[in-house]
Amino acid sequence: MSTPVKAPKPGPQAAKAQPARPKAPKPAPPIGAPGAAPVLTGAQAVVRALEELEVEGVFGIPGGAILPAYDPLLDSEKVRHVLVRHEQGAGHAAQGYALATGKVGVCMATSGPGATNLVTPLADAHMDSVPIVAITGQVASSAIGTDAFQEADICGITMPITKHSYLVTDAEDIPRVLAEAFYVAATGRPGPVLVDIPKDILNAQAPFVWPPKMDLPGYRPTTQPHGKQIREAAALIAEAKKPVLYVGGGVVKSGAHAELLALAELTGAPVVTTLMARGAFPDSHPQHLGMPGMHGTVPAVHALQKSDLLVALGARFDDRVTGKLSSFAPEAKVVHVDIDPAEIGKNREADVPIVGDCKAAISAMIEAYEDGGKERLKTWWETLDDLRGRYPLGYADIDDGLTSPQYVIERLGVLAPEDTIWTTGVGQHQMWASQFVKYEQPGTFLNSGGLGTMGFAVPAAMGAKLGRMDRTVWAIDGDGCFQMTNQELATCAVEGIPIKVAVINNGNLGMVRQWQTLFYDKRYSQTNLSTHHSEASPRIPDFVKLAEALGCVGLRADTVDEVDDIIKQANAINDRPVVVDFTVGPDAMVWPMVPAGVSNDEILYARDVRPNFDDEGQI
Amino acid sequence: MSTHTLSVLVENKPGVLARVAALFSRRGFNIDSLAVGETEHPGVSRITIVVDVEAGSLEQVTKQLNKLIHVLKIVELEAGSSVQRELLLVKVRADAATRGQVIAAAELFKARSVDVTPDTVTFEVTGNSDKIEAFLEVLEPFGIKELVQSGTVALGRGAKSMASLSRYVSPNS
Repeated sequence: MSTPVKAPKPGPQAAKAQPARPKAPKPAPPIGAPGAAPVLTGAQAVVRALEELEVEGVFGIPGGAILPAYDPLLDSEKVRHVLVRHEQGAGHAAQGYALATGKVGVCMATSGPGATNLVTPLADAHMDSVPIVAITGQVASSAIGTDAFQEADICGITMPITKHSYLVTDAEDIPRVLAEAFYVAATGRPGPVLVDIPKDILNAQAPFVWPPKMDLPGYRPTTQPHGKQIREAAALIAEAKKPVLYVGGGVVKSGAHAELLALAELTGAPVVTTLMARGAFPDSHPQHLGMPGMHGTVPAVHALQKSDLLVALGARFDDRVTGKLSSFAPEAKVVHVDIDPAEIGKNREADVPIVGDCKAAISAMIEAYEDGGKERLKTWWETLDDLRGRYPLGYADIDDGLTSPQYVIERLGVLAPEDTIWTTGVGQHQMWASQFVKYEQPGTFLNSGGLGTMGFAVPAAMGAKLGRMDRTVWAIDGDGCFQMTNQELATCAVEGIPIKVAVINNGNLGMVRQWQTLFYDKRYSQTNLSTHHSEASPRIPDFVKLAEALGCVGLRADTVDEVDDIIKQANAINDRPVVVDFTVGPDAMVWPMVPAGVSNDEILYARDVRPNFDDEGQI
Repeated sequence: MSTHTLSVLVENKPGVLARVAALFSRRGFNIDSLAVGETEHPGVSRITIVVDVEAGSLEQVTKQLNKLIHVLKIVELEAGSSVQRELLLVKVRADAATRGQVIAAAELFKARSVDVTPDTVTFEVTGNSDKIEAFLEVLEPFGIKELVQSGTVALGRGAKSMASLSRYVSPNS
């Protein structure tokens, strides 16, 4: 790299050599200007690099240490900054943006509390492999380590929950560091990258060289699968009598849905899609058995359990899928495809490990597959079809005079435009949203799977909508989750980001209450949120009034008869955010369910109802 | 559980030791010994880690280590095909009556005396952990006043090196 001008070192001499206060930023000279690279401040370099990286939107909040970067941001015509109301909202919005567009999401915060408020979204993005870049201001280099005002060691704090992190020590490095951060976040197994920049580095001047030369000798993700293993996998699939394609979020991340459809139809194997993979395979497809796991469908859970060959595609044998690991799919051989070698063999030994990108691996498997005849799968499909017929997803209305939450979610799904993007919080409403909305396209169901972050829905919907203004974005949220992050509705209202929020309001922390019902003798400790109207108390808060106060349209459906009408009203409003408060009963539970820590064989179809699996000859 | 020696080549960047050490504790592994130093190339450091784990866990921790951006290469060095050394400094009680015996014992271990007072002798000795342990056992009856031990450092035997470092180092760094 040619370095004609060295950035002045901070200190009294440097202060003499350049004005102490940076001048109003001049527009940066055009790229490719003749002669030397333009000299920019670190702050200008940040904004210029974001422009070069084709960033459309940044979610953030300014503050002391990051202030220099906000000055040139004011003049950028390419990068839009969305001023959020809490940094956690910025992080989840960046995730929503990334998940909806497939591009890297960006959030920005100041040092100390601004940065620590990003910890939850960074951990969430790390668990769910979401490519985001967080840019944080840091106290001046000379103050680092002195417990200065708003100082926090955010690189240290986020070390275990980021794919990589940088503390920039030289303004000259900013273009390279940002280019690397975006590259690392987006490639291999995607994930969050943090870039922490001290204030004096943002103010220092350095030549801006673009494109910078990346220096990542230790980063070489394997994307091309090994041919021999692909042939072995294809041969196993061709022989298997009870195969299952166990599809995880990696298929969505690699954009391998078309290849997956082709592989499924070529092999005739049943498909299950995990929470992170909902939409990767059309729900309407006859080979789709639904979601596996703790709240999976009976046929999906049973298929994995009795399979003789699991073809895991971008899935990680999470405990919520496997149940008690030692009794999970005891007779199955495992073909495991993942771009992250550390996932293979982590929880379940793989007979055929395949490190590589799902798209490339599935294509190669299709190529290598020689059909052994679908006849061998006949008995398998008979068993599964029988279970599908006897144990479909469903729910029974509870006779409490209140609307069933499942009904509301089902109707939302039916009445929404076809390519609607859905986000959720975490809990009962999330499981019902996975079960009762039908997904046909990848990237249409965005939620927090690994970390299970309550409050994900609203800010993620905001980010998704900013990235896909052409699509309807519905956040399905619970009354508990909604109260964690609803302040971002103010952002949506002010910035013109018209999302729709369905609050499935059962007045309680529903999933916790469900566990208290089942495992704690109905002792409801600290789960009533008082968001229902009763004689003893009004609704606190009143979500309709809250929505109005936040600049949104507030609607309410108290009875089952109002549900369709209100949803249609909400669907018709596209100039402002809408919040609908659906009053639903508190006693509905998520079924089927595999209680925590037991074998998937112990799945319950409903309370006290064990499915009758014919091969066991019981009940 | 068994002891394994990992030789890890890393970029010499701030925080790299913290990243490596934190990964072990985060994934529930205990480090028995750790030594870090520069290599023949100043841009690359070598971390030698001795860890007590089962084979399956070792594979998992190695894969997780490999995911750290600053980690360049990892090899497990088997005891039989590598040279493994620790350094020990030990201060032993030795007055006029016992000094002769102490020094004779030290000579058997090829230890060097590096500091002497009327009441003590300080020895320097290198070797693998078995040798160090045996030496300490012999000194024990005389009275060990204090000691310090380095982590194990290790190199594979034979003409081959673990990696050509030049491929990891960009010309401008």
